[in-house]
Amino acid sequence: MWNSFLTDSHVSVLAEIITYKGGDGDEIHAYFAHPNDDNVRGGIVLLHHNPGWDEFYQEFAERLARHGYNVIAPDLYCRLGHGTSDDATAKMRVLGGIPDEQVVKDSRAALEFLNALPTANGKTVVMGTCSGGRGALLVASLVPEFNGVIDLWGGNVVTPEDQLTPDRPVAIIDYTERLNMPLLGLFGNDDKGPSPEQVNIHEDKLKELGKDYEFFRYDGAGHGFFYYHTERYRWEQAMDAWEKVFAFLTKILAN
Amino acid sequence: MCTMIASTKTVQGSGKGATGWFPVTQSSVGYDHASHFPEEHAMLLDFVNYELGTDARVAVELNLASARALVAQLQDAIERAELAGV
Repeated sequence: MWNSFLTDSHVSVLAEIITYKGGDGDEIHAYFAHPNDDNVRGGIVLLHHNPGWDEFYQEFAERLARHGYNVIAPDLYCRLGHGTSDDATAKMRVLGGIPDEQVVKDSRAALEFLNALPTANGKTVVMGTCSGGRGALLVASLVPEFNGVIDLWGGNVVTPEDQLTPDRPVAIIDYTERLNMPLLGLFGNDDKGPSPEQVNIHEDKLKELGKDYEFFRYDGAGHGFFYYHTERYRWEQAMDAWEKVFAFLTKILAN
Repeated sequence: MCTMIASTKTVQGSGKGATGWFPVTQSSVGYDHASHFPEEHAMLLDFVNYELGTDARVAVELNLASARALVAQLQDAIERAELAGV
């Protein structure tokens, strides 16, 4: 929970950009944040949003690490070259996006990285915001070794057939049958992607297939309501949602 | 939302970026999350030359009304240039 640390505790976090062996054995960058002690703990693969592997995601990873988890946030645009995060994102757009298959491979490799740590307790969650939320659902559906998934307003989960592409050949909702781990979903009711109607369609599918999920929807919030660096930030909704995130992580990643 | 609306064309021209003028080889037009413009989405115009590096880029973010006005402005200038025969 937020502000639950004890004032006589010695919270210490290490956070750095590393390289790890991603999908297909490629060395790619990741932001790796973890408590600076030898205690055994759960891990989180954090998938960044469409605007890139940016400073928000570094701080996001650090916050999760401060709450006691090993966190790896792969740079999913790493193979495109380097520069500022907005330059890398522009290049991603020019080159047509990142294939779903690559996201799955890099995430599976990140899971293996976490599980090989001496402090790993063998439990991991995959999570992300925006396209990272979509990516988290994709990965959770295809990599059953994860123990839970958090989708923060991932768009394009419900995708019309005419919008599928060779790089994104399957609508994420059509993987629901294969999703066999608890799912936490957090959404803003003013969001247009996913719209409340799309969230309902997704929820209906989860219900129909008897999946383990919890969805929370916030009035007065749109897309990206955690983003304190934008006008979209909604502090009340974000703080409530953070509590739900921490509660889910506590439940799934407990030793 | 991530719209994933984007298209890229080969172009000939020059652009002035962070390190000065360079030949641009591709234009990209998208409508997706803005990096700087203070709205959720923007028309994202990029003129790039990736042979020179990821930062060989001239970027502009516009709202839809400005993008429409720009299209009209471009069309008007193109027609006048063609009429002038230059």
